[in-house]
Amino acid sequence: MSDLTASELDKVRSILKREPNETEAGIFTVMWSEHCSYKSSRLHLRKLPTKSDRVLVGPGENAGIIDIGNGYAIAFKIESHNHPSFIEPFQGAATGVGGILRDIFTMGARPIAVMDALRFGRLDDAASGDRNRRILEGVVSGIAHYGNCFGVPTVGGECVFESCYDGNPLVNVFALGVFRHDEIFFGRATGVGNPVIYVGARTGRDGIHGASMASSEFTEESKQKRPNVQVGDPFMEKLLLEACLEAMHTGAIVGIQDMGAAGLTCSTCEMGSRAGTGVEIDLALVPKREIGMKPYEIMLSESQERMLLVADKGRENEVFAVFKKWGLDAVTIGRVTDDGMLRVKDGGVVVAEIPNRELADEAPLYDRPHDTAPYRPAPMEAPEIPPSRDLNTDLMALVGSGDLCSKRWIWQQYDYMVRTNTLAGPGGDAAIVRIKETDTSVAMSLDGNARYCALSPREGVKLMVAECGRNLSTVGATPVAATNNLNFGNPERPEIMAQLVEAIEGMAEACRFFETPITGGNVSLYNETLGEAIWPTPVMGIVGLMKTGPPVTIPFKRVGHTVMLLGGLGSCDLTRFGGTQYAKVVLEKLWGLPPALDMDYEKRVHSAIRQIVTEGHAESAHDLSDGGLAVALAECTVSGIGAAIKISGEIARELRPETLLFHEGPSRILVSTAVPEAVERIARQHNVEAVRIGATMKDRLRIGDGSVTWIDSPVDRLRQVWENALAEQLAPVHV
Amino acid sequence: MRFGVVVFPGSNCDHDAWYALSHNLGHSTDFIWHDSESLGPIDAVILPGGFSYGDYLRCGAIAKFSPVMAAVKSFAAEGGLVLGICNGFQVLVESGLLPGALLRNRELKFVCRPVKVRVETTNTPFTSAVQRGQNLTLPVAHGEGCYYADAPLLAALKAEDRVVLRYVDNPNGSLDDIAGICNDRRNVMGMMPHPERAADALLGSADGRVILESMVHSLSAAHA
Repeated sequence: MSDLTASELDKVRSILKREPNETEAGIFTVMWSEHCSYKSSRLHLRKLPTKSDRVLVGPGENAGIIDIGNGYAIAFKIESHNHPSFIEPFQGAATGVGGILRDIFTMGARPIAVMDALRFGRLDDAASGDRNRRILEGVVSGIAHYGNCFGVPTVGGECVFESCYDGNPLVNVFALGVFRHDEIFFGRATGVGNPVIYVGARTGRDGIHGASMASSEFTEESKQKRPNVQVGDPFMEKLLLEACLEAMHTGAIVGIQDMGAAGLTCSTCEMGSRAGTGVEIDLALVPKREIGMKPYEIMLSESQERMLLVADKGRENEVFAVFKKWGLDAVTIGRVTDDGMLRVKDGGVVVAEIPNRELADEAPLYDRPHDTAPYRPAPMEAPEIPPSRDLNTDLMALVGSGDLCSKRWIWQQYDYMVRTNTLAGPGGDAAIVRIKETDTSVAMSLDGNARYCALSPREGVKLMVAECGRNLSTVGATPVAATNNLNFGNPERPEIMAQLVEAIEGMAEACRFFETPITGGNVSLYNETLGEAIWPTPVMGIVGLMKTGPPVTIPFKRVGHTVMLLGGLGSCDLTRFGGTQYAKVVLEKLWGLPPALDMDYEKRVHSAIRQIVTEGHAESAHDLSDGGLAVALAECTVSGIGAAIKISGEIARELRPETLLFHEGPSRILVSTAVPEAVERIARQHNVEAVRIGATMKDRLRIGDGSVTWIDSPVDRLRQVWENALAEQLAPVHV
Repeated sequence: MRFGVVVFPGSNCDHDAWYALSHNLGHSTDFIWHDSESLGPIDAVILPGGFSYGDYLRCGAIAKFSPVMAAVKSFAAEGGLVLGICNGFQVLVESGLLPGALLRNRELKFVCRPVKVRVETTNTPFTSAVQRGQNLTLPVAHGEGCYYADAPLLAALKAEDRVVLRYVDNPNGSLDDIAGICNDRRNVMGMMPHPERAADALLGSADGRVILESMVHSLSAAHA
């Protein structure tokens, strides 16, 4: 347990002007944990752009909010539940979903979409494969259990396998909600004398010190931390959602905040701090499900499905009536005061007394040493690469690999359609959810690439921001805002801190350039087990806006249409081939640098594809990413329609076929079209390349340079391998 | 035409059914709270999908005790049209308004995807506007949709033409591919697929409309 350091304890003494008692020390420990206070990252997070005309609420609240027009707004954020998901995969992931949903509806928004970014150890690993499979199955069923019952569609995400996640899986959950501008609520305890009301589930001993657990490394003793993992009740959360939104509509609520990490402690002091007020509560009044709980335990419990709200004095009964209708506990446990103190009583006796502002906002701020090169797990020099023996075999290996294969086995367990807004669900470049009350739809994409970031955190992050924006543009949406989840190792190690700083700076530059300000997010540090850090794994979630209409999807639709590569074939030297999926799956190596990115060109490609899609020229569209051109083409053929592709010209002579087929240069999008001239015209307008590379045809995918055929495969065979790979890896003895 | 959509605590497709009926089909539609003792002035009632009371016990096992179910039973006894979708089907089975049982899916996993179902009979108010043998593409989203009936019941369902929908590609291991059945009076139907999720072509299929439209036609014919 990471208790307060000596200098932190000194700071506590100077704030209190005395020794803290046990309860106070516990309160400071959780509020000043890395998880709650961002003490190692705050200094650098300030570098991120956070504003635009659309941003109504930026970082610092429970979720960021952006304007989507017509008086409507969306709230969204991503959060990690990495540590709990390793200790108890099902409940860890389930409560991760529950926590982020509460962040959304505590602001008044109704959640309408969830996505998940998942990272696991390799399923085929001889030593840890069994455990990794068990963790994946637990995490997926936990997400399904919570989201399906709550009634929010899980519309997309990503799932990647690397050995560095063997002892430290990552579960990052993104949620998005919608509301009108006049329905926005804040976590502020305003109005001296107003009652402080506790609603939802009763408080138990579960999850005590969850926030501090999430702020330390895993050791052999971590297995004993199972009691630190909370247990989720999605039915209770559904009732809480409906009751909170209904209570907000009475007009009797002045502020509301969910009890997430650090539970009652965090919600009371943050609400007081934001409003510049004091909050006084009596723990004897808190609904409990266990007897004999100490103040320390009540304040630090992370029992799920609880909210704290402040009502207009005299209108409590309106609030109580709503919660009674939904069968939920709602109890006045205290009041707002004018002295700026968090005063905790137990049966009238004061057990803790701490200034709110200092507790919530004056957490230690560390400028951790980072004046060293980021730790790199790979050499710069490219190894000797033998010519491919069979490019068909290579392509099959790639489409059947964990990272690239269809994730249907996972997402078919999620209700991705409930609320009947899902225009494009899992499996596409971006998910699209319509806002029924307007003619606007929201597109969203999650992206991370730890291979790239391991080679260069700064360049890797820029590529991720570019790819997210490319995903959104490919479905016709304009990217408008972003949220981030920074998953890293121990920041007290300079070479890890250097990764974090580089990644944040790269993100700041790219988000500024692509005009997607960061409206909030999460930092998860100490992702290390037994001294082994994960690769730097920032995850971006970017949202875009578009007019509601039929979505353009990945699969080829008709035979005899032109296949074009918007953005051109790109190029790649061997150094920048080392982070590709080909290097991972076929060569089993990692080296060099991530693909080169020209942000200016990338942005022009985004504008071009958006125009092509919105003007209706694209029958299908799919951006190139992991696995490069050949894998993207294979993914376009899942409908059963193949293509004959001929790659010629200078670049085809310069590059080896495996580089040409599998390099992961950005700024490229595959389009099939009946009107290639229109695509070319738009490409010219935006000053980007658009190359005709072939035509769709029945049954086969054939790729060559006109004289040599590199790939020739029945699309049925490709699809079978791609569709069944994950199920086969999860059940290796399946017959 | 006036529809009612029952809201149990934990219903989460209530709004979807309401939206399909009121916006996609244009019929006035009311929500009916679970502790209501009457359904109000409605022509047909929908029990929607979701997780009534959390479904931590057998699905629908708690919902059958809610006050509104007594009202639904009387409504059905008077010949009113009752459609249970997904969790609503489970509630109808637990309440005894439909026979049989819905077990955990064969793969023991929640399954969400569009499936093809075949309309096996048009002799119900829920399929009167459909052609027999017609295939509909409708989404399923459930963990316990594997229909089971013992041999005498299955024989009776078949003999009495009460298997209304069958899966063309069975997603859950249902006995005899059964996706939907009706009661012996043919005014109560339960189905695992979601017609309300397929009422707008923008969402991928509008095939579910024919189920809801059949109800409207049957009611109009009865009123005429």
